[in-house]
Amino acid sequence: MSIYINHISKSYGPVKALDDISFEVSKGELFGLIGPDGAGKTTLIRILTTLLVPDAGTARVLDLDPVKEFRKLRPHIGYMPGRFSLYQDLTVLENLNFFATIFGTTIEKNYHLIADIYSQIEPFKNRRAGQLSGGMKQKLALSCAMVHEPEVLILDEPTTGVDAVSRKEFWEMLARLKERGITILVSTPYMDEASLCDRVALIQNGHILQVDSPASIVESYDRPLLGVRAQNTLRLLEDLRHYPLTHTAFPFGDSVHLALTGEQTDGELLDYLQKKGHTELAIEPIAANIEDCFMELMTEKIA
Amino acid sequence: MKTFWAFVKKETIHILRDPRTLIILIGMPIAQVVLFGFAITNELNDARIAIFDGSKDPVTIEIADRLTSSGFFQLAVELKDESQLEQAFRHDRVKLAVVFPPEFQDHFFREDSPQIQLIADATDPNTATTLVAYASAIIRQYEQEKKGSATLPYAIQTEVRMRYNQELKSVFLFVPGVITIILMLVSAMMTSIALTREKELGTMEILLVSPLKPAVIVMGKVIPYIALGLANVAIILVLATTVFHMPIRGSLPLLIAESLLFILTSLALGIMISSRVQTQQVALMISLMALMLPTILLSGFIFPIENMPWLLRAISHIVPARWFIVIVKGVMLKGAGMAVIWKETLVLVFMTLVLIGGSVRSFKLRLE
Repeated sequence: MSIYINHISKSYGPVKALDDISFEVSKGELFGLIGPDGAGKTTLIRILTTLLVPDAGTARVLDLDPVKEFRKLRPHIGYMPGRFSLYQDLTVLENLNFFATIFGTTIEKNYHLIADIYSQIEPFKNRRAGQLSGGMKQKLALSCAMVHEPEVLILDEPTTGVDAVSRKEFWEMLARLKERGITILVSTPYMDEASLCDRVALIQNGHILQVDSPASIVESYDRPLLGVRAQNTLRLLEDLRHYPLTHTAFPFGDSVHLALTGEQTDGELLDYLQKKGHTELAIEPIAANIEDCFMELMTEKIA
Repeated sequence: MKTFWAFVKKETIHILRDPRTLIILIGMPIAQVVLFGFAITNELNDARIAIFDGSKDPVTIEIADRLTSSGFFQLAVELKDESQLEQAFRHDRVKLAVVFPPEFQDHFFREDSPQIQLIADATDPNTATTLVAYASAIIRQYEQEKKGSATLPYAIQTEVRMRYNQELKSVFLFVPGVITIILMLVSAMMTSIALTREKELGTMEILLVSPLKPAVIVMGKVIPYIALGLANVAIILVLATTVFHMPIRGSLPLLIAESLLFILTSLALGIMISSRVQTQQVALMISLMALMLPTILLSGFIFPIENMPWLLRAISHIVPARWFIVIVKGVMLKGAGMAVIWKETLVLVFMTLVLIGGSVRSFKLRLE
């Protein structure tokens, strides 16, 4: 077991950031911590990286206690904080050299670990980090976090504020690091990234809603789900929420995902919407995605 | 050790890659010494005066001549009537009026103490006092020359000598003050800002997670500022000795060693501040309010400590600058050695140890 979290709670004054959190991450696993902003992801990550002390509960990372054995643990963690945390006025190479040196190693010695990632930004090695694009900054930050050969890599929202192409590339890099046996814990607010993880924990308001593989989470979704489109999506959403059989209705792009409380015929819904004056209607049964599951879990929690 | 030098190198790059700050840090001591040396001066030259001569006899004419040829005074208006006095102060902006009564010469030689009235513009009390003192001295000297000391067998004569700064050059007073302020600024303010910058930018998170020891982080951060502080001392001393001919009568190595001690005191203060604030702006404000103001106002640099109310005098004891200024003045002007300034040095050493101890303790190993 690489990461072991046991009944962790943490408050900032009256605000409960984490409330009795427990889960485990196996060695070599790519684990996603998924939840909206303010869910408690960063707090949990800072506890695991020895930067914060929990109010209650215990944690073990690489079989070390992040509170009591933080000095022993620190050299073995690769940590990429949420904000871009490199020196903007240092060049790419200077940044990498600095982080290699303070972790007691050199770029040459561990080049093989970062070659895959670093080779992409090496042409810009004499450029100051502040002048890199968002995607390149993330690559540099990941290189800096990896250069000392950590056994666990902990990334806090690495893809926030990065363009879609760079996000995809970033996840491919994580997949390759995982193949080398590195345990990776990554947090993200993007639901679509969940399917790229081996297992995910859905977190909301300091509570864990579910921990499972993305496939199992999707499978566990047991309501009939319809994708509904109409010419006016906004009015459609409003009307669907007043439909008697509706459990939940959430907009996804230009369609609305409608979860029903029970089985019914398509005709019934079509009639209802046509009477409301909707045009260009399209209704089809769809498979739930991870976001539908998250919405469902959130709704259950509130109810 | 290698990690330590990597840190120092990184910090040096930060300083060098920010040329604007660097220019300010190097340019400020030069600007301050030149400003204090040339522009802001307590010495008076060519002050505008008005003279009302009610007797117009050889004695009053000669006294008036002496006054205007002294270099200190310049005759702006000669008044025809005493009633023009107000006019002279308001419109001709004279700083001092000299009024001779009628029949001055007769009184003077009959030895029945004739009176000369000196009227000064006291909107600036310091200038007024100085002008009156200068004028009185010139008149007294004339009196002695004319009558000779023989006529006053028991007169007490004061003979004044201004030791250590015979020409009363104000730059001699300002240089120790400027060194103190600059060192406080570079060492305390800049380190507190540099350390909080790591927090604000989030790089502190990575530094904390790294195996670096807090002492290495702090030492690595401050070493370049020690160098910068010493460079500033050198700049100020070179300017003071070459441009303003200020002597360094004591030992130069001692002066540098004492400066280093004061740099350490200031650095420790800076580290203390940075460990308690989260943003560079707050660090800057606290450095300015809590460090710069007392350094300027309570150190004896501008206002003599002896003249302060007891409360401020008591507070001045905990201002490191107060002790350092005594040391710099002692070494530079009086040629004092360790035997003279050991007490002040000991106070600074004690303060430094307490502050370093405190700042190491308050350095946080985590984010909260």
